[in-house]
Amino acid sequence: MTDAEDLKALEARLKRWEETSLKDSLKALPERRATFVTTSSRPVRRLYTPLDLAGKSAAERLGEPGEYPFTRGIHPTMYRGRLWTMRMFAGYGSAEDTNRRFKYLIDHGETGLSVAFDMPTLYGYDTDAKEAKGEFGTCGVAVSSLEDMEILFRGIDVGEVSTSMTINSPASVTWAMYLAMAEKRGVPLTKLRGTIQNDILKEYEAQKEWIFPPEASMRLVVDTFEFGAKQVPQWNTISISGYHIREAGATAAQELAFTLANGMEYVRWGIDRGLRVDDFAPRLSFFFNAHNDLFEEIAKYRAARRIWAREMRDTFAAKSPRSWLLRTHAQTAGVSLTAQQPEVNIVRTTIQALAAVLGGTQSLHTNSYDEAYQVPNEKAVRVALRTQQILAHESGVANTVDPLGGSYYLEALTDELEEEAYRTFDRIQELGGVIPAIRKGYFQQEIANSAYRYQREIEDKERTIVGVNDFVVDEQPEVERLKVSEASYRAQLERLKRTRKTRDAQKHARALDRLRNGCEGDDNTMPLILDAVRARATLGETCDVMREVFGVWEEPLLY
Amino acid sequence: MPKKIRVLIAKPGLDGHDRGAKVIARALRDAGMEVIYTGLRQTPEDIVEAAIQEDVDAIGLSCLSGAHMVLFPDVVKLLKKRRAGDILVAGGGIIPEDDVPKLKKAGIKAVFGPGTPLSDVVAFFQKAGKAKGA
Repeated sequence: MTDAEDLKALEARLKRWEETSLKDSLKALPERRATFVTTSSRPVRRLYTPLDLAGKSAAERLGEPGEYPFTRGIHPTMYRGRLWTMRMFAGYGSAEDTNRRFKYLIDHGETGLSVAFDMPTLYGYDTDAKEAKGEFGTCGVAVSSLEDMEILFRGIDVGEVSTSMTINSPASVTWAMYLAMAEKRGVPLTKLRGTIQNDILKEYEAQKEWIFPPEASMRLVVDTFEFGAKQVPQWNTISISGYHIREAGATAAQELAFTLANGMEYVRWGIDRGLRVDDFAPRLSFFFNAHNDLFEEIAKYRAARRIWAREMRDTFAAKSPRSWLLRTHAQTAGVSLTAQQPEVNIVRTTIQALAAVLGGTQSLHTNSYDEAYQVPNEKAVRVALRTQQILAHESGVANTVDPLGGSYYLEALTDELEEEAYRTFDRIQELGGVIPAIRKGYFQQEIANSAYRYQREIEDKERTIVGVNDFVVDEQPEVERLKVSEASYRAQLERLKRTRKTRDAQKHARALDRLRNGCEGDDNTMPLILDAVRARATLGETCDVMREVFGVWEEPLLY
Repeated sequence: MPKKIRVLIAKPGLDGHDRGAKVIARALRDAGMEVIYTGLRQTPEDIVEAAIQEDVDAIGLSCLSGAHMVLFPDVVKLLKKRRAGDILVAGGGIIPEDDVPKLKKAGIKAVFGPGTPLSDVVAFFQKAGKAKGA
């Protein structure tokens, strides 16, 4: 029989099934609701069969693992060869506080580092800036100077470990501090491995940690591409992030489409600068959310790899298969954590982490159960790390490549998300591209609309959140408090003062002047920033120079 | 026709998490209130100035960065200083339980944590508006 004959026979069988078994079943027991939807309100059909995949070639859609279009994963053996990197996002208080947390995590089996910075650092302010009032170390570590960076990695072999730094607008300055720290220890830049998030587009769209206007920011990003490709070849100079887009309220489909649209925008800017696509594309990395809906999330990762491979190969004419690969980090959905019955968050996080692993992620952060209250305490962090270790070593899901590939539901969902992403790309194109769409508030409004719809669904009990709008108990949750100490704050202020007093004032002033000139012209800013950091310019001072030259972004107000 | 309740929704400090603030702004608007949204990165001074200029009945502050213990009380203090202490202030965000009584003592009338039903927030501002004669 041919495939077409098979499908015809299946169609006939399904028709019979609908008229008999299904009909009787529905009569005896009607379905629980009229329509079933995913976490992103995408309708889900009762049954998926080969008919949902008809007319599409499995060879083209899936390929083989480690081969174009990488739907089944970027490595031929996936986790049989090497497990994903267990990389816990961590940071609070001072560099000393966070250095202790890093060592605690390494002692418990973490395999990569990930730095969470505090709000002032994320906005390019020093701890002693007036804008930083009340914000020291509350949601990450304060790193205002090269000294802070040196303390942060004290006793950690930066030539061995890979370090991810979640920093965007001031990313080039923070990266320069890391490079200068390694340089002082005698570790060659070519040996350094890690990632700076450096994804400014999603800042305007979702996370809102912007400083400069889009064009100046994009220039700084491309400067890091160019510098990294030559000087720090093992470093991922960007992590193109859907995570925050999702956390801000987007659906899975919007997360997928906006992130890849941003990714392609970076590629265009790189090419416009005159870089060869195959020189910088292999260092572009990604970061996606892992939310509640298991299959929708897995489909999202698979669709992302397929779209990226196609666009890189066909639209941007990348020749190297390394440029086609979408390598990604994943993090479970912070926004899904509940303050009510917080220990139940461990279960949510487990399911979300499972989605990321079944989706083929390269590294993973699992959230801690107390994060609806605070930056996590030690015990909560350990449970979160253990969750990954159980998935890796006990669940059996890492034993085979893409275990769910071929599931009719999963494949249909993957195709649907892909099609929807292309419709969104067209819409962005109609608006003039990513940056004009940001100026028009397109992404921001779409995200706000989805966030509001989701909240209304919870409010109207169309969507059940366990412990929040159903299965509620009246009890005071017990969460051990993690507090940032006043002593850390005072020590940090002291250190900054000392830095400003003991550095070579002339060298410092000259380095900042050269940076100002460079910013006004069109030199690559990275070497100039690195020199400023070597001259012990602080984060705030360096960013102030750039604020003066580039100005500051003001976002369109909408809700 | 009764005067519409006027509410300022504000993001004090550096925190960029605006999902909650925007959802609340929209829920209050859908409940018939006049909502003014300040946007991000407002100092307590900016917020108090906007509240007085806009003649609001109440302010909703949202902060998820952990800086609430400094920024929320600062808003209440400044309102009093500007003789606008009758403007009620509520706050929401990632706020540990043991901070709640301290915030209330500092004059924050209500603290809304994650998972608070929108209807509770709407009810608070409706009551706040009525108390001010809106």
